[in-house]
Amino acid sequence: MWRYAIPVAIFAVLFGFLFVGLNRDPSYVPSPLIGKHAPAFSLTTVEDPNKQVSPEDFHGKPFVLNVWGTWCAECRREHETLLEISRQGLAPIVGLNWKDERESAEQWLRQLGDPYAATAFDPEGRAGIDWGVYGAPETFLIDANGVIVYKHIAPLTMEVWNREFVPRIRAGGGRS
Amino acid sequence: MTPRRRRMMFVALIVLGVAGATTLALSAFRDNVLYFYSPSDVTAGKVPAGRTFRVGGMVDKGSVMREPGSLEVKFIVTDFAHDVTVKYSGVLPDLFREGQGVIARGRLVDPQGHVFVADEVLAKHDEKYMPPEVAESLKKTHEAQRASRAST
Amino acid sequence: MSVELGHFALILAFCLAVAQSVFGLVGAMPGKSYLQSGVRPAVAGQFVFVVLAFASLALAFQHNDFSVLYVASNSNSQLPAFYRFAAIWGAHEGSLLLWLLVLACWSIAVAAFTKNMPATFVSRVLGVLGLVSAGFALFILATSNPFARLLPAALDGRDLNPLLQDPALAIHPPMLYTGYVGFAVPFAFAVAALLEGKLDPVWARWVRPWTTVAWMFLTVGIALGSWWAYYELGWGGWWFWDPVENASFMPWLAGTALIHSLAVTEKRGLFKSWTLLLAIFAFSLSLVGTFLVRSGVLVSVHAFASDPSRGMFILAFLVICIGGSLSLYAWRAQRFGSTAGFAVVSRESFLLLNNVLLVAAASLILVGTLYPLFLDALHLGKISVGPPYFATVFMIPMLPLLFLLAVGMHAAWKRAKLESVKTKLLVMVGASIALAIIVPLVSYGSVSVLSVIGFTAGMWVLLSSLIEPVSRWRAGHKLSASVLGMSVAHLGLGVFVLGATVVKAYEIEKDLSLTPGQSVTLGNYEFKLNDTRNVVGPNYDAIEATVVVSRLGREVTVLHPQKRTYRVQTNPMTEAGIDPGWNRDVFVAMGEPLGQGAWSFRLQYKPLVRFIWIGAVIMALGGFIGVTDRRYRARVPRSADEAAREATVGA
Repeated sequence: MWRYAIPVAIFAVLFGFLFVGLNRDPSYVPSPLIGKHAPAFSLTTVEDPNKQVSPEDFHGKPFVLNVWGTWCAECRREHETLLEISRQGLAPIVGLNWKDERESAEQWLRQLGDPYAATAFDPEGRAGIDWGVYGAPETFLIDANGVIVYKHIAPLTMEVWNREFVPRIRAGGGRS
Repeated sequence: MTPRRRRMMFVALIVLGVAGATTLALSAFRDNVLYFYSPSDVTAGKVPAGRTFRVGGMVDKGSVMREPGSLEVKFIVTDFAHDVTVKYSGVLPDLFREGQGVIARGRLVDPQGHVFVADEVLAKHDEKYMPPEVAESLKKTHEAQRASRAST
Repeated sequence: MSVELGHFALILAFCLAVAQSVFGLVGAMPGKSYLQSGVRPAVAGQFVFVVLAFASLALAFQHNDFSVLYVASNSNSQLPAFYRFAAIWGAHEGSLLLWLLVLACWSIAVAAFTKNMPATFVSRVLGVLGLVSAGFALFILATSNPFARLLPAALDGRDLNPLLQDPALAIHPPMLYTGYVGFAVPFAFAVAALLEGKLDPVWARWVRPWTTVAWMFLTVGIALGSWWAYYELGWGGWWFWDPVENASFMPWLAGTALIHSLAVTEKRGLFKSWTLLLAIFAFSLSLVGTFLVRSGVLVSVHAFASDPSRGMFILAFLVICIGGSLSLYAWRAQRFGSTAGFAVVSRESFLLLNNVLLVAAASLILVGTLYPLFLDALHLGKISVGPPYFATVFMIPMLPLLFLLAVGMHAAWKRAKLESVKTKLLVMVGASIALAIIVPLVSYGSVSVLSVIGFTAGMWVLLSSLIEPVSRWRAGHKLSASVLGMSVAHLGLGVFVLGATVVKAYEIEKDLSLTPGQSVTLGNYEFKLNDTRNVVGPNYDAIEATVVVSRLGREVTVLHPQKRTYRVQTNPMTEAGIDPGWNRDVFVAMGEPLGQGAWSFRLQYKPLVRFIWIGAVIMALGGFIGVTDRRYRARVPRSADEAAREATVGA
């Protein structure tokens, strides 16, 4: 009689693992970096090869780091959201232009609008490695002390922004 | 043979068959589970001897060297802390490129000199994508390096 | 038609699917039968709106509407019109819409062809299908909307992945989907039977043709995928035990078991709970397969999406569909026990073993495919399970199955008297072993234990499947479509096994470098590189090599492999040069330039490789023939004669 319940029992076990497995999405491993100090870099900006930008420049207030590239279709999708967020002015967005060409990146920002307070140019992807970047787009939230508090993979939406980023910014704002 | 004996023999045969099959299956499983190691793991000697495994990292720029006129190719896989030299004989996949992520499957022939002979080189994904295992291990070695630099 | 209309049509389709499930399931409850009259219209309406949604996306592709994000990501103005259509299912969102369209087609077919069935029962079946449709429509609307706009519009699209720009692309996913989405029909029938609490052999007779047709398409879809990988991925492999391949193969194994189990239920009223469980299992594997491909949980060459929210939704959907149906099974399946017995050696026992072995194979593949995921979930490391595991573990149940099949297809119901075929079978196995040793020795120069076993198995199944049709033909009896279909399908399996064994044992592959004018030998073949030149295609530039292939001195063919660079995505792509033949393929693929005009090449000799796909097609053909059997079409009173004959060695 009870043998008929075996299939559903097996499924329950399988499902349990899959559920956990999904929360540990293999391409999604932000945990090692969260709570750690934001890796340093000093890169030229996209617009001006003579100007430098580094996370230190934004120390003292929470800021967002967005990894993007002109070759990435998903980045196109989140661009609207980024412009909206920069209009809100809650926190500055620093762009990290990853494995891209300077001219294409400049053209992109000119044509579509520039939501970034500054955009670092990382053609080799070395800074990306420090930040544990697997692909684009990825967005980080760094608090006023320069500690990474959140990482989001895949295009940023207003929903995720309001749910994950805004509360954390409000909680960690202003301290230095 | 009585019907009862026949049935029992039948059952015994089936049990034996299943036991044998299970053993085969388990050993096939064990032999084919491939672990992934970073170049740092390899140089630290963490890889069990003689086993086939996968090593991944970035292809070091300027490290790809071809024997002229042959299919022998040598390149360095790095996680920016340690390097492993990979030797491969054959056609490399289309997406293989210096400065990109790569995973090689094979074995370590020279543990001292960290030379790895690959029987398969994978660079399957999108150009801009790095295999997660590679990115994660690269990150770990970076953190370890920074930690050791900070403590000196 | 703008895509907003398509979006709206999809929303309407969702509402109608919900209506379908409500009318269907609630309408089957006592006192609510007045709702049943709304079911078929709901199905029809849902179908119409899904088609409209799909059509609007198709038009957006044809008109190069790059203000639609999905079109911009997967198409390009230089893309030939044919691929602009096929690009609809080139990525995640569009594939799901195709899934939904295929389900809508199956649903409307069920609605149309079940007019003679008890109304309450059909109502439940359509209700269950409505639930599945509603779930998918909601999934698309909530997480994978293909109609999203991209503003400002892109000047041009990012082009369809060059790997997918191929005629087989147009057919492979729709075929595959028609197959494993089609398993939703026996699933719905099973759930309806469980809800109803009774299952008679007529139920089995109704379900069998639907299952066989779905299985047929799945067989062709998998074969197409294998063939496509063979010539398109450039390296001559035809099966990689890749998670996505496994995702379509597991439902196929379960579906095969289901077809055979249905035969027992139809003929003898036995195996009812097996059949119900297999119907749930097959569709569950289809859903799990969808989950594996669509949520990025396992990363492979085909993985499209890596967005966790999508995966969550599918998980919830899986829990409802699979968990729900299996719970229903746990609760209700006891009612379906049967009392009829059968001898240790009988058709029933062979088919029972068939069920067990196929389920074992599917389960072992499932374990190997999901194991890396489990380890990762338990933080025990990241591993991958290599193809040899799957190959070994698949052969363990399958080799015995093949040998059992050669005998079992002649077993009679209840108690098999194999005396009449014993001699024939023994002669055939002897002939098979002899051929297994002689043919490879003569053609390829060597034998090995595994190659002999595999060849014997394939040959014996092939010969054995001829016994029934030939003896009936010679006795002047009519051959029912059912029996002919079974024989053809098993023959196809034999052909497939022959091809797979020979290619595995005797293929030759060499990577080497060639300069223009140079020749090399591979087996009995010589390959001479004449030259390389530049070629311009519609949306790519290529270097093309001219390779002259000769056998034992005589020219066989000239091949033109290419190394293409698609202008938009700038990925290099290999287009292999293949000389096909019924008994062997000769395969040339370009590697990379080695300097001073030399190029690396991969040359391959693949004996009997076409048997793999020909065998699969023959299997599907067998399924098709079986479905045309008269007893599925009209209620024609049968002569006692025919009935008696079918009862002994019916299919």
